Amino acid sequence: GLFVWRLRSAGVRQVPCQFMHLCRVANDRLITFQYFNFLKRMYVTQYNKDLSQRAKPKSDSVVSPFHELQQLDQERKVIHKISPVSPVHQSWCETSSRNELRETKSTAETEDLVTAVGAESKEDRQWKEMKLRLDDLPGILARLSKIKLTALVVSTASAGFAMAPVPFDLPCFLLASLGTGLASCAANSINQFFEVPFDSNMNRTKNRPLVRGQISPLLAVCFAASCGIPGIALLALGVNPLTGALGAFNIFLYTCCYTPLKRMSIANTWVGAVVGAIPPVMGWTAATGSLDAGALLLGGILYSWQFPHFNALSWGLREDYSRGGYCMMSVTHPGLCRRVALRHCLALIGLSAVAPVLDITTWTFPVISLPINLYISYLGFRFYRDADRSSSRKLFFCSLWHLPMLLLVMFTCKKSLLEKEDKGDLRGESHGRAMEIRLP
Amino acid sequence: PPAHSRSDWIGPPDKHSNLRPVIFYVPPAESPLERRLREARQEAQACNQRFWARHNRAFRQEKEEFIYSRLKAKGLEMRDETGQKATLNAEEMADFYKDFLRKNFRKHLQYNRDWYKRNFTITFLMGRVALVRALRRLRWKKKNVEQ
Repeated sequence: GLFVWRLRSAGVRQVPCQFMHLCRVANDRLITFQYFNFLKRMYVTQYNKDLSQRAKPKSDSVVSPFHELQQLDQERKVIHKISPVSPVHQSWCETSSRNELRETKSTAETEDLVTAVGAESKEDRQWKEMKLRLDDLPGILARLSKIKLTALVVSTASAGFAMAPVPFDLPCFLLASLGTGLASCAANSINQFFEVPFDSNMNRTKNRPLVRGQISPLLAVCFAASCGIPGIALLALGVNPLTGALGAFNIFLYTCCYTPLKRMSIANTWVGAVVGAIPPVMGWTAATGSLDAGALLLGGILYSWQFPHFNALSWGLREDYSRGGYCMMSVTHPGLCRRVALRHCLALIGLSAVAPVLDITTWTFPVISLPINLYISYLGFRFYRDADRSSSRKLFFCSLWHLPMLLLVMFTCKKSLLEKEDKGDLRGESHGRAMEIRLP
Repeated sequence: PPAHSRSDWIGPPDKHSNLRPVIFYVPPAESPLERRLREARQEAQACNQRFWARHNRAFRQEKEEFIYSRLKAKGLEMRDETGQKATLNAEEMADFYKDFLRKNFRKHLQYNRDWYKRNFTITFLMGRVALVRALRRLRWKKKNVEQ
């Protein structure tokens, strides 16, 4: 937390942090808090060594021990400093600010970073008793369920709920959000349960609870069941069966399709994008009870958004993916990776234009959203053409603020119910007047 | 871990495999079911350790070889003027990553199958052990109450 404030007071350009509040990302492998950690680590590493890109895995025994220790300390330091920052928007601001500051960071600051975590890395090297402590449990379960990501998933679902053309129903909204949150916790826990040895080998994920032995696999599965079953039941019975079915389907898609597919084929990215697109659809069906074109459009927007976001991100993680055995486009089909990202940036423009046609928003939405959609498409094009780290990072960070802003604009341009009712009344009135004229 | 401890202990990540080793506690009155669970966990641990240590070693080695061959093709030395190791940038390494992934694809598929099977078996055994222990404790409490 301290570090964030220091950066802020350094007068760094502030990314619209207020929009971070509305950040909605629906796919865990994309925006996870740990991804930022990993990226930040890369930046620190780069600043200090500044040779070529090199993610420094711990097993890199070629580097001299002292150097490695310092590197690790810095990396750990970043993690250590980041973890106390709980609200996601803070850490995102920090990431973007960091991005700005990377070039101008002073050595003193970096060294400052190095100092504190010697302690933590030492602790990490000790043997720990595998006994569950109850006061640690909330933190452990939060990390197991990827609580921050779950919060983002829930906010995407609430965006879907808010955009539905029905009067706002608070109890329904709360039930839908709670049910979606529980379902997301369950899915994330099962995902971690499946991926323990792989998570241990990737820098981004090596501090997860199951990897560190803080919780047993049995408990993780029980927790997942105790979240998932009530969550889906809540959605199916408390909201409507369609939302419940979508929730259950999404859990299945994520845990049984996406997770194993990650190691088998690049198709996992498309499946993952669907996983991300479903929560807003769930929000919509929770409000209206039916799967209209509007729901599909909102899902489509989230679906398209996943690609520039994830493809840009995975560009910097190629080494870890290759070593870990993950089949990702950025490793196996780099050209396709960039093409798809660009394609979907452009698709976002098209989808935004469809929104007024379907009566979800007024015609102002495509107009106002055009600049941001064009900007992300421009960055997508740069990524496509240059295929280097800087363009991939620019695209990734753009995607972070692009989505919340797009959804916010969409909400403000939402076609209000009153407008629709007025139109109906007007027609009725003029009709009535016409009748009056006829019958003197 | 201390000798008097009655639980398992988990250590820091291994240098080669990045996995954390576990030292299992063997209770004096270990039932056959509990022994099966412990042995399954030990076996899984050993298997994982073997796989990842070998895999990571191969990765590092092949990466070195790749860098060396590319640098030689470019006419550069392994160490530049400042004495630091010369490295290739990400775009050049991309070919290596792609190749390595492709080469090890089958190996990973087999490991995945193996790992999923083991994971499910171990978790299922854990469930059974927990159930048996809970029932035993309930019976013991009932006996105490009756007495």
